[in-house]
Amino acid sequence: MTIDLAQTIANEAPAPVVRTRGVLRRSLRLWRTRIGLAITVALVLVAIFGPYFAPHDPSALLGRPYQVPSPGLPLGADYLGQDVLSRFLYGGRSILLVSVISTVLGVGGGVLIGLWAALSKGWVDNALLRGTDILLAFPQILLALIVIATVGPKTWLIVLTVALTTLPRTVRVIRGAATSVVEREFVDAARANGDSQLRIALVEVLPNVIGALGVETTFRLTYAVQLIAALAFLGFAANPNEPNWGTMVSQNSSALTLQPNAPLVPAVAIALLTVGVGLVGDGIARAAAGIDRGTS
Amino acid sequence: MTKNSPSLRLSRRLRPRGLAGLVAVRIALAVLTLVVVSIIVFASTQLLPGNAAKAKLGKQATRASLTALEKQLGLDQSAFHQYVHFVGGLLRGDPGNSLTSGQPIMADLTPRLANSAFLVLVAAAISIPLSLLIGSVAAVRRDGILDEISSFLQRVLASIPEFVIGLALIALFATSVLQVFPAVSIIPPGSPPWSNLDAIWLPALTLVLVVTPNIALIMRAAMIEVLESDYIESARLTGVPERRIVVRHALPNALAPAFQVIALNLAYLAGGVIVVESVFSYTGVGVAMRDAVLNRDFPTAQVVTMIIAGVYVVTNLAADIGTILVTPRLRTRLA
Repeated sequence: MTIDLAQTIANEAPAPVVRTRGVLRRSLRLWRTRIGLAITVALVLVAIFGPYFAPHDPSALLGRPYQVPSPGLPLGADYLGQDVLSRFLYGGRSILLVSVISTVLGVGGGVLIGLWAALSKGWVDNALLRGTDILLAFPQILLALIVIATVGPKTWLIVLTVALTTLPRTVRVIRGAATSVVEREFVDAARANGDSQLRIALVEVLPNVIGALGVETTFRLTYAVQLIAALAFLGFAANPNEPNWGTMVSQNSSALTLQPNAPLVPAVAIALLTVGVGLVGDGIARAAAGIDRGTS
Repeated sequence: MTKNSPSLRLSRRLRPRGLAGLVAVRIALAVLTLVVVSIIVFASTQLLPGNAAKAKLGKQATRASLTALEKQLGLDQSAFHQYVHFVGGLLRGDPGNSLTSGQPIMADLTPRLANSAFLVLVAAAISIPLSLLIGSVAAVRRDGILDEISSFLQRVLASIPEFVIGLALIALFATSVLQVFPAVSIIPPGSPPWSNLDAIWLPALTLVLVVTPNIALIMRAAMIEVLESDYIESARLTGVPERRIVVRHALPNALAPAFQVIALNLAYLAGGVIVVESVFSYTGVGVAMRDAVLNRDFPTAQVVTMIIAGVYVVTNLAADIGTILVTPRLRTRLA
């Protein structure tokens, strides 16, 4: 039995290692991953370092409402007369931060639970899946709204609900990717070795689902940005006066003809951010599929 | 988790009864899901620090007004009693009054429901055939330049938030570039949505643009998998014309996986209307939800949530049953 096992492991060992390492690197050879990465990096840089380059205080009233661009105000003024450029440079940080934190929490929790479900099988697996079914019975935005309706738009609350709606989707994907991995001999070997469940999950199984995890993380991040920006657009940012791309769009959307910069600049920024991250995810997915098919 | 164990036992007992049993299990699970959803929605108000009346009236509320609102909301009764009252009201179709207007919630929601349903149906009627067509054509012409461009565009479109798409459509068709549609889609009270088609186009087009790429991409993948299968290969070898292979043999088999995604996207539409309706001020349940949340009118928010969750669960149930029916493997293994 042990000899058989060792034999099979020896025969099969190289395959999973090549797969794992390759996916992310291979994805970088695709032009869509590169474009996506370039866009994402550019927007992230704007979001993080933008405030240092802002010409004005984002809350200072510097012109007439919806004043068109002039030398002092290169992108014009918004509905209150604040500088659109400065608010744009300040407005990415909170969206990015809240999205990243909730994605990390949601995907992290989802990975652990998904691996747990795949490794446990049986009733634990079943119960966990039913649990995700129930969370999936809400459209993502609805769960956030019903909580905000009672408690109010608090940042920690938005982070928690976005993470909570991210989690069941990740559980499904990771469990799906891991079910074939847990049947492999090296998992049996680790079990026979007396390794703990957590160690098996993180050391043996996780490296073999990195492709799925990469795709999942980028897609979840896209949805988190979409969701948080949509919430801000609907009027549910923790602080409506703080510069935020989502709130900028809704506050200025009536000036689409009068001062198009005010709503369109932040709208384009949000779209570029989600598209950039989405393209990276698509690139990873394609690289993973290519490796599975033995092409590329 | 304890909530789930009876249903699991139930499912095991029903499983041997074949198709009918399988469908019955799905229905039972859907009902169970709705019960749990109603508990979560109800519990969300119970989790408040203080209570709902205090949250609504704010810090300056007087003792008397607080007691009055608590009585009106039934907060002086036990949580169990309140929950039974909440579910009873939903089932009777009379879930109480709005906190903002004081009017019955359903009086405001009923016409809005018709408007939203019409919007979603128009969007679905356009996007489903369109996406199946795009997905199939892309699969047949796989890796050609057209497929490459279209799948890239769809990927991009699928990543853009719906309110940005809506705003772009307003900029293109209602204000800056062309002015063929109204930018605001308010439907006057008392008039059915189909007599206001002008108002429907832009919100419907937004939903179509959001949903189509998702279905088309899955349809393309499903179609490619089927076209690479052995039975298609043998059909080709026996000389069946390619067009007939695609339409008669591949398409029906690729529809099964697409089914689930269509349902997921229809279910998404039920929630997506919240943002899209808000962009166009469309007179539907989505805007009602946004306003209810903005005004902390949580009884209305709870009702809208239950309605949308209901649509969501029923759509997914229909997809599950549909998948069981169109997948011969599932039928035969169980029968």
